[in-house]
Amino acid sequence: MISQIRVHSPRTLPNALEVLQERSGRARILAGGTDLMVYLNTRVYVPTEVINIWGLDELRHVRDEDDVLILGALVTYSQIIRSPVVARFCPILAEASKTIGAVQVQNRGTLGGNVANGSPAGDALPVLSAFDAEVELASTRGTRRVAFNQFYTGYRQSVMEADELLTAIRVPKQRPDERAAFYKVGTRRAQAISKVVMGVKVSLVEPATIETIQISLGSVAPTVIRASETEALLQGKALSPEVVDMARSRIMDEIQPISDIRSTEHYRRVVSGNLLERFLSSL
Amino acid sequence: MARSGNQVATGYCTRSADADIIGTLMQVSFRVNGRKVEVEAPPMKRMLDVLREDLGLTGSKEGCGEGECGACSILLNGEVVDSCLIPACQCDGVDVITVEGLAQDGQLSLIQQTFWEEGAAQCGICTPGMLIAARSLLDLNPQPSREEIRTAIAGNLCRCTGYTKIIKAVELAAAMAKPHRAGS
Ligand SMILES: Cc1cc2nc3c(=O)[nH]c(=O)nc-3n(C[C@H](O)[C@H](O)[C@H](O)COP(=O)(O)OP(=O)(O)OC[C@H]3O[C@@H](n4cnc5c(N)ncnc54)[C@H](O)[C@@H]3O)c2cc1C
Ligand code: FES
Ligand code: FES
Repeated sequence: MISQIRVHSPRTLPNALEVLQERSGRARILAGGTDLMVYLNTRVYVPTEVINIWGLDELRHVRDEDDVLILGALVTYSQIIRSPVVARFCPILAEASKTIGAVQVQNRGTLGGNVANGSPAGDALPVLSAFDAEVELASTRGTRRVAFNQFYTGYRQSVMEADELLTAIRVPKQRPDERAAFYKVGTRRAQAISKVVMGVKVSLVEPATIETIQISLGSVAPTVIRASETEALLQGKALSPEVVDMARSRIMDEIQPISDIRSTEHYRRVVSGNLLERFLSSL
Repeated sequence: MARSGNQVATGYCTRSADADIIGTLMQVSFRVNGRKVEVEAPPMKRMLDVLREDLGLTGSKEGCGEGECGACSILLNGEVVDSCLIPACQCDGVDVITVEGLAQDGQLSLIQQTFWEEGAAQCGICTPGMLIAARSLLDLNPQPSREEIRTAIAGNLCRCTGYTKIIKAVELAAAMAKPHRAGS
């Protein structure tokens, strides 16, 4: 199969939005290409038109603004790993980035691409979900912000319209009273697609009582999910072995994973329970 | 090529298997191993194929075509990337180093020498990518730990050596590059 592909390479954001509006629904956006080029090379998906946004330097910023970190859509994993502000205000995003592919992929793959691609196994996604991030979407009609936890509507489906470009991710900074962790379970350390991935953040009040907790899981449902029943159970509770046990069983019941080539439903439940237990026991 | 406004190019998506490349080509100019080059290529043609077919630089290999094996690794603006995942349309004005660019004036570079001395290459298919990944690591981190070396070559698969000799070769290159302390 050979197909003809038309490629647009806009030089500025307004220009990109115009092209996107004009070619709405027909053209596929190309950022770092670490997903799209694989689809193309393996002929899983061959677009007829591509909008290459790699040249849009205005989407490469990591900005520290009051209580949020703003990451442009084209920020790569390597940039995240090296960023002092990410290390300070959302260290688990850097941890997650280190587990994505290997250095070749980290140098090219973008955070915006991970979100827009929308794989339930996307490793940055549970972090964004646990941090209640926001997604910034732009089109010729204007710019809007959507809560990351309301971004996906189903398997690889999102509220992003055909004429919209994901321009930035806004991540509320971790506060000094908060603790967060990222866990990924796969077959090997590098280049492995997750069997279960978890991002979790908690704020504690003395003595060892959970004020609020955000638990997010990837690879266990058609989209990244929050374990809201388990969160509700833990809220306001003083940590004890009994509470940890209850939370562990609750999360195992709450999630509805499937069996696939990477793992089984049972394994995913047990691992999710174990990861939560590990986090709570570390507090 | 226009530096402002939208640039449009049409062409056929291609990999080496697609012999017929027809359609609108685009001009891409960049540097390879210090030399300025200009090629006409379909915009989504993989850099791996541009290097191998258009420029005759067959050092970079294709193992998987999916970003998994690293045999196609090149340095792009100083960063190691998989050239099978980079389309030509993203390469205007870039600076590329391939394995052919490591030796200078017929002299093997240090990392090539230590690969040779340690027997870090067997069939050699992974070697161009390994050398590039190792070079990239040593550029950024001249004295890496064993763990850092392992991480740096985690995206490069080798079916032959079991990695031990490759890691040793990188360690040796780092040791040899180390400025000698007085008296040692
Ligand atoms: C060998 C290998 C290993 C990998 N390992 C992992 C891993 O461990 N964990 C993981 O999560 N991922 C992994 N990935 C997947 C990939 O690297 C990430 O999903 C990456 O973040 C995608 O970003 P990109 O810029 O390369 O996206 P692209 O491939 O350019 O685009 C991906 C999709 O998102 C759309 N898109 C991209 N940017 C935008 C935007 N700004 N606005 C709107 N739509 C957009 C594109 O149209 C396309 O559909 C791996 C990939 C490879 C090749
Ligand atoms: S051929 Fe490019 S990574 Fe395998
Ligand atoms: S030497 Fe044969 S694959 Fe590495």
